[in-house]
Amino acid sequence: MKSIAKLALGGVIAAGLVAGPTLAGDNMKTAKLASYKVVDDIAIPEPLAGKKGDPARGEKLFVARKKGNCLACHKVEQLKQHLFHGEIGPELSDVASNMTPAEMRLRLVDPKIVNPETIMPSFHKVKGLHRVMKKFKGKPVLSAQEIEDIIAFVQTLKMPKQAKK
Amino acid sequence: MTRKGNKSMGAMGGLAALAGAAGLLLSGLLIANQAAAKSKYEVDGRKSGYHYSNPETNEMQDDDFLNPGMLWVQRGIALWSKVDGAAGKSCASCHGDDARKTMRGVFTVYPKLNKKTGKLENIEQRINRCRVENMKAKPWKWESGELLSMTTFIGFLSRGLPMNVKVDGEVKPFFEKGKAEYFKRRGQLDMACKHCHIDNPGKRIRADLLSEGRAGQAFPLYRLKWQKIGSLHRRFRGCNKQVRAKPYKPGAEEYVNLELYVKWRSRGLPVEVPAVRR
Ligand code: HEC
Ligand code: HEC
Repeated sequence: MKSIAKLALGGVIAAGLVAGPTLAGDNMKTAKLASYKVVDDIAIPEPLAGKKGDPARGEKLFVARKKGNCLACHKVEQLKQHLFHGEIGPELSDVASNMTPAEMRLRLVDPKIVNPETIMPSFHKVKGLHRVMKKFKGKPVLSAQEIEDIIAFVQTLKMPKQAKK
Repeated sequence: MTRKGNKSMGAMGGLAALAGAAGLLLSGLLIANQAAAKSKYEVDGRKSGYHYSNPETNEMQDDDFLNPGMLWVQRGIALWSKVDGAAGKSCASCHGDDARKTMRGVFTVYPKLNKKTGKLENIEQRINRCRVENMKAKPWKWESGELLSMTTFIGFLSRGLPMNVKVDGEVKPFFEKGKAEYFKRRGQLDMACKHCHIDNPGKRIRADLLSEGRAGQAFPLYRLKWQKIGSLHRRFRGCNKQVRAKPYKPGAEEYVNLELYVKWRSRGLPVEVPAVRR
């Protein structure tokens, strides 16, 4: 059996996120983070860096083990074709009926603002982390564009009314 | 039976000599079926990783003739009486030919305080201290065949005895540091040991079933993924890397402290060395 290191959480970062040699300074790396404004401790209303999300790309990022890897923890009925959905977080098959994109954005960017104890990674954060591996240092798990793509996909997750349990 | 099982059975022949002896003593501890093993491997609600493992893996562990970890026990037996170093001594020179008499129970109380250095010392480090100080031999490298074999053999000699590390008195500060490591978020994915092994055991993280991480009584263990025996510190490194955290070196103070905490989490659980996990 493979460990989740292989399955999921380990590995390489997308080329797009790797700071080039000319961007070596810490400031330049953190500049890869979009700034954002949290409202009422539950939402980030404005799209990160004003990007527009693409749901098809979002679906791929949602599944990819070295990217969102959301299936490691969440079950999604609509993604049945992928084996092995995790059981750590709530099922997301109908999440779009219950959450706004603004709330999802905060959930992804820094879920610890909502729940300081959560196991869910902060996907767009680089400060306040401890002993990050060198190759991931100063880099968020997902870029601003990738966050918006995933939100666009998660927005499509609704179950037909009669199919709801 | 797997081909691997057959192979190790062949290689087991050499063990027969000791096995006659060790086997007799320990056979009472061998488990006939997994249901019985399961109740034995749960103490006051604390469950060994055995409970979260699959039946095929547990079967390998339970049967000494299938358990590939027994090869390392066998190598440990051979090393016990092998003379090495400038002092011209073997382990047996000081601790006797029959390690079962002098080493049974030793595994259950490590890591413990080295009064001379004032530092916490685990079993691998204790073995190497004997090599350096008493045998005038070179310390074995971490994760080397020799160190793994001797550690596995020493663990095997305590099989069935409850883990019993001391965590109070002079050891308390080390214990507190180890505990803090367990609860400290780390890595790009920002998770602590406790997020997986205290908050979520029994749940799947993708395809893997999370255990309580209670394996102080089980390591060194044979991991199918590694195709060999590995140390507890190697497992710590793996768990660090999967959250994209910089691991410590095996044998680092941080890991010895963490080991004390993890072994305290295994308190009362019977030693399973060499366990088998996927
Ligand atoms: C390591 C586990 C883990 C991973 C990986 C993870 N999540 Fe979560 N997620 C959780 C947990 C646990 C919760 C429950 C709430 C909490 O802990 O605060 C949650 C809650 C959520 C919620 C809120 C659901 C609700 O009904 O309130 C959304 C939306 C969400 N996650 C989306 C995602 C997406 C999208 C990804 C991937 C980019 C992801 N999660 C990756 C563990 C995880
Ligand atoms: C992202 C989840 C995750 C985190 C965080 C994590 N582990 Fe693990 N750990 C696993 C998985 C998956 C396994 C393999 C299945 C099992 O035994 O739980 C495992 C196995 C283990 C085992 C072997 C258990 C056995 O019976 O074989 C030990 C010991 C362990 N982890 C300790 C730790 C320690 C110490 C930390 C922190 C340094 C840690 N883990 C952090 C997921 C995690």
